[in-house]
This record gives sequence, structure tokens and C-alpha cells, in this order.
Amino acid sequence: MTLAMSARLAQRNLDFSLTVGDGETVALMGPNGAGKSSVVSLLAGLLRPEAGRAELDGRVLYDAERGHWLPPHARGTGLLAQDPLLFPHLSVLENVAFGPSSTGAGRAAARRDGRRWLQAVDAADLADRRPAELSGGQAQRVAMARALATEPALLLLDEPMAALDIHSAPLLRRLLKRVLAGRQAVLVTHDVLDALTLADRIIVMEHGRIVEQGPPAAVLATPRSRFAAGLAGLNVMTGSLVAGGLLTDDGEHVAGRWAPGAAADERAGAGTAAFPPSAVSVFLAAPHGSPRNVFARTVTDVEPHGDQIRVRAGALAADISPAAAADLALAPGTDVVLVVKAAEVALYPA
Amino acid sequence: MARPDVWEFRAVPRWIVALAVLGALFILLPLAGMAARVNWPDFVALVTSDSSRAALFLSLRTAAASTVLCLLLGVPLAIVLARGSFPGQRLLRALVLLPLVVPPVVGGLALLYTFGREGLIGRALDVAGVSIAFSTTAVVMAQTFVALPFLVLSLEGTLRTAGQRYEAVAATLGARPTVVLRRVTLPLVLPGLVSGAVLAFARSLGEFGATLTFAGSLEGVTRTLPLEIYLQREIDPDAAIALSLLLIAVAAVVVALTYRAPRRRHTRPKGRPATAGPPPREAATP
Repeated sequence: MTLAMSARLAQRNLDFSLTVGDGETVALMGPNGAGKSSVVSLLAGLLRPEAGRAELDGRVLYDAERGHWLPPHARGTGLLAQDPLLFPHLSVLENVAFGPSSTGAGRAAARRDGRRWLQAVDAADLADRRPAELSGGQAQRVAMARALATEPALLLLDEPMAALDIHSAPLLRRLLKRVLAGRQAVLVTHDVLDALTLADRIIVMEHGRIVEQGPPAAVLATPRSRFAAGLAGLNVMTGSLVAGGLLTDDGEHVAGRWAPGAAADERAGAGTAAFPPSAVSVFLAAPHGSPRNVFARTVTDVEPHGDQIRVRAGALAADISPAAAADLALAPGTDVVLVVKAAEVALYPA
Repeated sequence: MARPDVWEFRAVPRWIVALAVLGALFILLPLAGMAARVNWPDFVALVTSDSSRAALFLSLRTAAASTVLCLLLGVPLAIVLARGSFPGQRLLRALVLLPLVVPPVVGGLALLYTFGREGLIGRALDVAGVSIAFSTTAVVMAQTFVALPFLVLSLEGTLRTAGQRYEAVAATLGARPTVVLRRVTLPLVLPGLVSGAVLAFARSLGEFGATLTFAGSLEGVTRTLPLEIYLQREIDPDAAIALSLLLIAVAAVVVALTYRAPRRRHTRPKGRPATAGPPPREAATP
């Protein structure tokens, strides 16, 4: 029970390969336009790759070289997108029974399946409603039941909670946790919490390629890509590793300490320095004193962040108190000096 | 969040309303003018004469047949035009709409020189013992020729608006293309399908030029209501006016009956349209 896929799609700048193990849930993350939804569409059979091959549980989904392509209805992949897309002309029960009855189950059997899956997502009482009479959270639960009713070998979830309000999302997240246990799934998400609670592995995509992957906790603790660092709320600078620090491509030197697990022979070549915004202080002029990292920047944004003020300056962010922000009279365009203690900076090889 | 469906402001200038009233009058006044000329005491006798009844039933029969033919040919055409992507698609769309702009007489001539005894295909059919021109079949073909674009145009627009996302989801649920068409596509575009069929029926009912050219005017065989009216206009103007009113009444009843139907479907609660949701995304629209 595994998925192995590779695909190239020049028009979407996608060059990607992925394996999903038995019962594994993989979270696909990355900025908009990274190609996450394209991967899902390729697997569901809604997009054709130019090159590549995909095999699910021994069945070939597509093989561009041999001109083999399985249409979506023969793939056994269930899709749940951001928009529930319940058929508006059918009742909730008919929606959930749609899969079984379309694949040959009798009307009575399909309705029985429908009721069972509605029960499984705690939506049995909605059976006779029309989709237009459901809230966003209810509709998404029904859509989940509809996808599960076909007993898919692979579940494709494309930002299933992105359109839900903050009250419905936790309910669906709990449901997904239950549903995804022991199921093969690919979950596209922008939410760190989803990745942490639902996925066994995170894959970070940028520009159609994998830039980083690993167990969620590890990716978030020691992010190697700017995107993952942003998710974890960390500042990240990349460059080449030198003695005791990192030399960025812009020629800035960043002093830090080695992250745990960075072996001695890896401490050269391309590397990353990461530090949390809370470790960054903001000054109007460079201070004197202990060995610290000093970065001259121009403020691009000042925004509330919890009870702190987050100051963004280019790719870097600093969290300071509102009082400090007022004292410094920070506004976009202000030239500032960002200061970070070397002890707060984690260095690791890329 | 601002919800356009609860806003009550309408940006319609008064002069637009005035012109709209003028436009409505332009259509309604001639009807009133005709109604004023009707010979009411003899009305029933005029519209129930043998020739009138024959023309009316022929019209209803042929218009119904050509509507069915329009559905059989027009639905696939609309689907291919709306969903397909192939070279010459734009040209095909333009050609399909041609009967809308070509005078019906020209359409009738085209049919005659294709299916008539001396026509492109007609000659072969004649050899096989089939003669189409100047038969009831010819009436149905002439009506279908002029009415088909109405159905295709109406349905293609509805198909494009409905989008392909529901169809994609249905496919991922295991539905084959034919099942998707039957259980998702057609039910979703039903309002467009119904209004397209009504338009096609109404256009068939009123067909004159192509019918006269390709099918002639043979009582009980090819003389439909519009042809009968044109004929009576010379002989018995009272009968022509009475039949005209009858034709308008039949068309009005058909349009009224079918246009009310789609609005009752999908009762939705206030403020949440059935198609609520974000705009189409890449996942569903390759």
C-alpha cells in the first residue's frame, strides 16, 4: 500500500517526485504558486504530466513514457478541496451516496453506505438537507464523507480547512485526525498546526521543487528553507558556512552556534542561520559592546503580533514591546540596526 | 463582511428606465393593435375551421419534433463547444450560429439544394427511394435548422457558467464520463437546457421562410400556422388575425409554463447562493 510518483510539467514549472508509505500522511507546504495543487491534480487525474510515472498500490496511474494514463474515475483517489463542491441539486445523503451508486452499487446499498459515512463524520442528522442549507463546516464534513464513501486508496486534501471560520476548523481537524489515522494521504496546507497534528512528514515546495522534507517537528525546529522558517516564526539567513558562522551571499557575517546534530564534517559549504524574532533588538544606531550580530536594514512593516510589535525589515523580523516601538518612532522607511546575540543564532548545514 | 446579495442599491439611471418602458411598449402596442382588430363574434369559428385546426396541429407536432431534434443534436454540440478544445472550435461556433443571421429563405434554399431531389445528398436519397423536400419531414428539418442555434447558444453559456469543477469532483468519486453527464452536468444546466428548448420551440413555431422554400405550403402536410396566416391574409384577413392571436397565445403559454419551472428548483436560504465559494481554482480547472 504505497504511492510513488514523479512528474514534470514545464508549463507549471513543476519537477517533483513523492512517495507515500503505507498509512502515511504527507503534508505539502509552500508559498502560493509553488505547485502544491498541481501535485494533487496530477494524482487525481485532473492534470496530465509531460513526463513521469505514478503507481498506487501496484496500479499505474500514469506513465508518460508509455503513453499510459488512467482517467480520474478509475484511480481510486479521493479528493477534498478548499471548496466542498457538494452537488447543489442533490440532498446531503444523495451527495454521499453518489460515489457508491456511480460505481455500480444499487440504490439501496449506496444510500446505506451514505448513511454510514455521514454517521462517521457526525453528520447523520444533515442527511435530508440541501447543500445550500449547510454551514461551511458542515458542508466540508459532508464532502469528507462523500470522498470517504468511495473507500479511496489515497486521500488528496487540498487545503480542506482554508475556507472555514475559526469555530469550524478545530472540529474538522479532529475529524481529519481520526480519518487520516492509518490512511494514505497527501494534505496541502498553509497551517503549521495542521502539519504538526495531522502529518507524519512535511514536504516544503518552492517553485515546483522539494526544498526540504522531514518529520514535522524536525522541519519546524531546524528549518532549512525560508518558507519553513517563516512557518516556524524564525528568521533565516542562507549562505556558506565559515569558521564560527555564516557568510551570506550579500557578504554579511553571522556569528552563531552549531545546532545540535550538525556533525563536524558538515560544517562547511552551504548553510543556514536561524534565530527567533524575539531574539532581535532594534536600534536607530549601532550599539557598542559584546560580540553581536549587527544588520543595517530599512523597516518595511510594523504590525501587531500578540502583545508585541513585529517589526519587519526586508526578510528579517524583530518582536519588540509597543513602548519600545513608540520610543523609536518606527515606521516603514525608518533606517534601523537589528542586533542579535550570537548565542541566539543556530547554524546548520543546508 | 460586505455581502453584495443583501445590498439594496441599484445603479439604474432614470432615463434607462424610461427607455426600457419605451422598449416594452414597442413590443406590446402592436399586440394591442392586433387584438383591437380581432373579429371577436366569429373568433371561435375562425380558429376552429378545418384548415385552421390542421395548421395548428401540424405546427404543434412539427415544432415539438424539431425541439426534440434540437435537443438530440444541440446538447452534444453545446457540450463539445463549451468543454472541448480542438482546432477550428471558434470557426465551428461561428458556423453553428450562422442560421441566426442568415435570412430563413436562404436557409430554406440551402436545405433544398442539399436535401432536395436535385441536391447534394438528396440525389442519393432519391435513388434510395427517400424524398424529403415538400414533406412534413422537410418542415421539421427547416425548423430545426433555424432553431438549433438558440438551444446551442443558451446551453453553451450555461455550461460555461456552471464550470467544470463539479464534473471533476464527480469523476474523482468514480463516475464515468457518461454518468457525470447524466447525474451532474445535465441536472446542473437544466435551467439553461429548458430555456434553450423553449426558445427553440418558439422559434420553430414561428418558422416561415425556410419552411415555405424547402417544404412548400401543402394543407395538412407542410402548411403550418404561420404559412396558413400568410395565405389567409389575402383571402380572409379576419381569419389571419384570429390565427395570429392564437399563435401568440400558444407561444405565450409555452414560454410562461416553462420559464416558471426552473425558478422553483433549489430553494435556498437567504443570503447563501447555491454556488457560494471561492472562484475556480487550478485543481479543478486544468
